Amino acid sequence: MSWIGNAIVAVLLVAGVYVWWRARRNRLWREAMAALARRRRFALIILGIYVVIGMLDAVSWVGGDGVQGVAASEARSVIDRIFKPSVFREKSYSAPFASAEFVGGAALTFPGRHVLGTDLLGDDVLYKTLKGVKVALLIGGLTCLVLIPLALLFGVSAGYFGGRIDDVVFFVMSTLASIPNLLLLIALIMALGKGTLQVCFALGITGWVGLSRLTRAETLKLRELEYVQAARALGVSHFTIVLRHILPNLAHLVIITFALLFTGLVLSETILAYLGIGLDGSWGRMIDQARNELSRDPIIWWNIAAASTALFILVLCVNLIADALRDILDPRTLRERT
Amino acid sequence: MSTPILNVENLTVTFPARGARAPVVDAISLSVAQGEVLALVGESGCGKSMTALAILRLIAKPGRIEPESRIVFEDRDVLGLKVTQMRALRGAGIAMIFQEPMASLNPVQTVGDQVIEALRLHERVGRAAARDRAAAIFERVGIPDPRGRLDAYPHQLSGGLKQRVMIAMMLVVQPRLLIADEPTTALDVTVQAQILALLRELQDELDMSILLITHDFGVVNELSDRVAVMYGGRIAEEGTRAEVLGAPRHPYTQGLLRSIPSLAHRGGELEEITGTVPSLGTWPAGCRFATRCPKVFEPCNEQVPQTVGVSETHNAACHDVARNQPS
Repeated sequence: MSWIGNAIVAVLLVAGVYVWWRARRNRLWREAMAALARRRRFALIILGIYVVIGMLDAVSWVGGDGVQGVAASEARSVIDRIFKPSVFREKSYSAPFASAEFVGGAALTFPGRHVLGTDLLGDDVLYKTLKGVKVALLIGGLTCLVLIPLALLFGVSAGYFGGRIDDVVFFVMSTLASIPNLLLLIALIMALGKGTLQVCFALGITGWVGLSRLTRAETLKLRELEYVQAARALGVSHFTIVLRHILPNLAHLVIITFALLFTGLVLSETILAYLGIGLDGSWGRMIDQARNELSRDPIIWWNIAAASTALFILVLCVNLIADALRDILDPRTLRERT
Repeated sequence: MSTPILNVENLTVTFPARGARAPVVDAISLSVAQGEVLALVGESGCGKSMTALAILRLIAKPGRIEPESRIVFEDRDVLGLKVTQMRALRGAGIAMIFQEPMASLNPVQTVGDQVIEALRLHERVGRAAARDRAAAIFERVGIPDPRGRLDAYPHQLSGGLKQRVMIAMMLVVQPRLLIADEPTTALDVTVQAQILALLRELQDELDMSILLITHDFGVVNELSDRVAVMYGGRIAEEGTRAEVLGAPRHPYTQGLLRSIPSLAHRGGELEEITGTVPSLGTWPAGCRFATRCPKVFEPCNEQVPQTVGVSETHNAACHDVARNQPS
């Protein structure tokens, strides 16, 4: 299955370069990007590091350096190859940079090598934390890939066409919104299964209502604007009007919502993990497993600290960027800048 | 008078109000000849914009064009056209410019792209050729640095320039009829004069007909050949510019013209038409102007006034005019 991860990284790289190149040619986007880089340089760099780590973990191939304890057919990512988890492992807990085991004090096989210590099974915590980056980005990204098209489809068609379509969509939205989110989420995951795809799909299904409401309301407003009327008076078809006049004017909403949703989704996975239906290797799972360790005496803190800090920094960075993006892309402040 | 390019008969547009369907435009008939400018004048809410939208079949629900209406444009029955045919007619046959140039352009597209979109919608033109045409029409409507301005966004242009872009966008495919809905209301006076002069020039040059919708008699006087005055969804008076502005017969037109401030009679109090326009669905049964008319007499309240010919080109729908008319 390693080719899927590789293909996704390749597609992301190509798409990223393409979007960047297109945005550079457009003056408005170029200015927005420059303003964002100026105001949130640090957060962007950190986020960039996260993305690079996630990608390094997604690029994998079979075979290679003859490391012991690895099946010959197993594809290993760049991160796996750097940390060699099958080699550099201990028997149980050890504190960061320790040279002896935490319980019992037996000497470690690799003293001082585990920057964030090791967990119950003797695995390196830094390695597990870095592996969590991919899972977190996957949850945020993949879910938004499900959620945003769904929200736009329903929101824009309800707002633009109104009437019956609006009634039906609004009924569906109100119904979904009236079911407690977490219950629906658990039910969906139970029904669909616990894989990454299924969890993202379930999060997407439960999360689109908010954005859909937003786009519906905005479309209702845009539909009555004179440039839409003018386009109709010119004989432009409904489909083209939506594509060229409605959707581009919703872009700022979508980008801002994406950034805010992303952190919400990463956080809600933590809650799912706590309930026992999270994804393997996620920070949520690490935090969940650390529950018992917290009640030990002396306390084993590095597991939960590593996962929480990684989560905290990612969420903080994305929120900071989202906040700046909102200021930059909001049309009301746009006018003042130019 | 040459043959009419647009002929509207019995046009009725209704909206639901107080449980029934109230006519916002009530059985109006008008025609625009080839190369003629017809001004449709009236106060806010009299149905003039609705008339314009109805001609393009752009009345939004819950509004409805009633089945007895007939709109004929160049011998084609507009109300009978299929949706795709109607789309082809909009823009190419009949184009419309709107009141608010600020809101008439998509803020996230360059103005050049918008003009090119309009052009390529109706004609098969390559990208580069379309760009040349757009630059040419920009130059024609008096936009300085036309090539450079193609890449400008609407917020970088002034109100007057935006209205010029709007005119360019509507004229790039050379429609035979231009509906101009208060094209100068949102602009300041000097720019108004320039835009009016431009419209006049282009109309001469392209031999295009214009249906000009306005409440400003200054604009009427500047641009129009014929004038139709609307009140309460009906045409009150219609005639050539000289007839309507010079010798108005309908009391409403007379009142309107008297309430324009004039440089010749400064000081003193400005006349007004007493009362306010009744709201939709509460029109009087007879003449709709009856409640505010200084010359009101018995039949006005009960009978809908017939249109009376004052001259071959001039007529008014008024009982008082009918009473004084030697027939």
